[in-house]
Amino acid sequence: MKEIVVEVKDLHVWFKTFAGYARVLNGVNLSINKGERISIVGETGCGKTTTVKAMLQILAKQAKIKKGEILFQGKDLLKMRKKELKEVRKHEISMIFQDPTAALNPVFTINQQLLEVIKYSGVKGSNRKEVQKKLAIKSLKETSLPDPERLLNNYPFQLSGGMRQRMCIAMSLATPRSLVIADEPTTNLDVTIQEQILQILKKRTKEKGSSLILITHSLGVAREATDRIYIMYAGNMVETATTIELFKNQYHPYTKGLISCIPKLSGGGVAEGIPGRLPNYLDPPIGCRFAPRCFNVMERCKKEKPELKDVENGHKVACFLY
Amino acid sequence: MLEVRRLKKYFPIYSAGGVKQKGIFVKAVDGIDFSISEDETLALVGESGSGKSTTAYTIAGMYSATEGKISFRGKDISNITSKRSLRLKKEIQMVFQDPGTTLNPQRSVRQILRLPLQIHVMLNRKNEEDRLINLLNFVELPPDFLYKYPTNIGGGEKQMVAIARALATNPSIIILDEPTSALDVSIQAKIINMLLELQKKFNLTYIFITHDLSLVRNFATRVAIMYLGKIAEIAPTSQFFLKPKHPYTKMLLSSIPVISNEEEKLKQKKIKSQGEIPSPVDIPPGCSFNTRCPMAYDKCYKIDPVMKEIEPDHMVRCHLFD
Repeated sequence: MKEIVVEVKDLHVWFKTFAGYARVLNGVNLSINKGERISIVGETGCGKTTTVKAMLQILAKQAKIKKGEILFQGKDLLKMRKKELKEVRKHEISMIFQDPTAALNPVFTINQQLLEVIKYSGVKGSNRKEVQKKLAIKSLKETSLPDPERLLNNYPFQLSGGMRQRMCIAMSLATPRSLVIADEPTTNLDVTIQEQILQILKKRTKEKGSSLILITHSLGVAREATDRIYIMYAGNMVETATTIELFKNQYHPYTKGLISCIPKLSGGGVAEGIPGRLPNYLDPPIGCRFAPRCFNVMERCKKEKPELKDVENGHKVACFLY
Repeated sequence: MLEVRRLKKYFPIYSAGGVKQKGIFVKAVDGIDFSISEDETLALVGESGSGKSTTAYTIAGMYSATEGKISFRGKDISNITSKRSLRLKKEIQMVFQDPGTTLNPQRSVRQILRLPLQIHVMLNRKNEEDRLINLLNFVELPPDFLYKYPTNIGGGEKQMVAIARALATNPSIIILDEPTSALDVSIQAKIINMLLELQKKFNLTYIFITHDLSLVRNFATRVAIMYLGKIAEIAPTSQFFLKPKHPYTKMLLSSIPVISNEEEKLKQKKIKSQGEIPSPVDIPPGCSFNTRCPMAYDKCYKIDPVMKEIEPDHMVRCHLFD
């Protein structure tokens, strides 16, 4: 039996707005094994970031976790005391954000920011300056940043976007972590740099034995970097399978639609896309949230919510068709 | 129809005190040649900072060219819009990247669409309503959109309004500056299909700026790859993807994340992405790509290569083909 690092069970997150509660997450289930790399793929506003922010308990004030549990190594993160949670953030889970420019503090040098992370990580000897510095330089080298000694004295604005993102990766992996969450780490970068960042992320998590949750809206990126894919739609996980299996055959109509709209390098035109748009979270459909846009909609879909069910060894789908 | 000859656009650099620094320029576009014929779609592809947007803006008349000539149907248009005749302005229209910031949030869709018609004196009281509804029809939006405001409509719909606005003056060239990069794939698919239909209907010529080569494969008829203000390779789409020549093109192709094995075969395996695009202020001597090129040899560090036609219509700027 593989060791599970994080398991999210039936998570409901609502946001308080002036017009009432926006029911964003609607029972998310997710689990990640030790050393596994998974990705969460979905369109803008489907709740990918909300899910991982809930894991780290860094949701905005308006958010309310209505239901569900997030088990991290058997303990529920949602029931932890503040002190315990702090420890988890210090040594266990780290996060890489979408925009490295906003994630790094512009008034501190790289050195100050990186040493801070190492200082509180609780690694052996981490309260000594020399050890901190050594670890910092090592982590910068590992992310293939050139000339790390000089870089340490730079401010974030003196670096390019790709270097900044590498900086963030170096920071999150400077000390051993059991889980790294990367929230669209390459969205703001050029394709050639994206490729480099993905390679580093893949290599580094493999070396350190960390698990990785990669959030992305690009199935291509997910295919390149991860072993298993979760497809998310409007606050629900609609399909999950190993990367190879998912691209071989898709079950959920949304996944099928999503894959068909991606322009292919081999040509052959672009499919029509999926009609309609994401449901209004203030008043979401009662049954399956994809029902209003689905071609194969049945009466049942409008009334009941489909559960994520195993259809074929490990390939799970939330759809009444199966 | 449109011809660009030795086009250069340099931007001066100002020191902290606001004094123009002599002899130092950002060489955004540094001597490019290309031409576009009727009903063609030319894709300008490159990383950020490669000068693709500057080229387009200069054609649209938002900047005046530093050197070189742009001619449209034989007429010189290398001046800025304020010096162009009204009839000429009508012919070249533009769709911007982020529809959220290019539509005035204080104006209704009706006001937004009405403005270009009013300026170009294409309205009278009788036909106004019909014309506006007709415009919305072209982009498959219902007539009630006339009374909506940009803040109340989705990102994809905003971009459709922006396209309708560009269509209002019956232009012959539309410049599309990354029209879908801010949108999700399912919406991107819809917009791309719509643009293709509109092209057939109105015999439009597109200049399509993007960094997504898989999209180019399905949309453009000709591809120009830009790097540091110069064109590295230009060829008809089918030939371009079948036989890419320039090492930079190969690097770009090797870094695209793809979703099927069929596409995997088209990717270049030998060249791995490395390094980053240098600053356009401080362009390396010789071929500007020499800092990242795995095949660079001594000549590349000394002499800047010139454009060569190696096959009919297929031009490459690289010393490997001398």
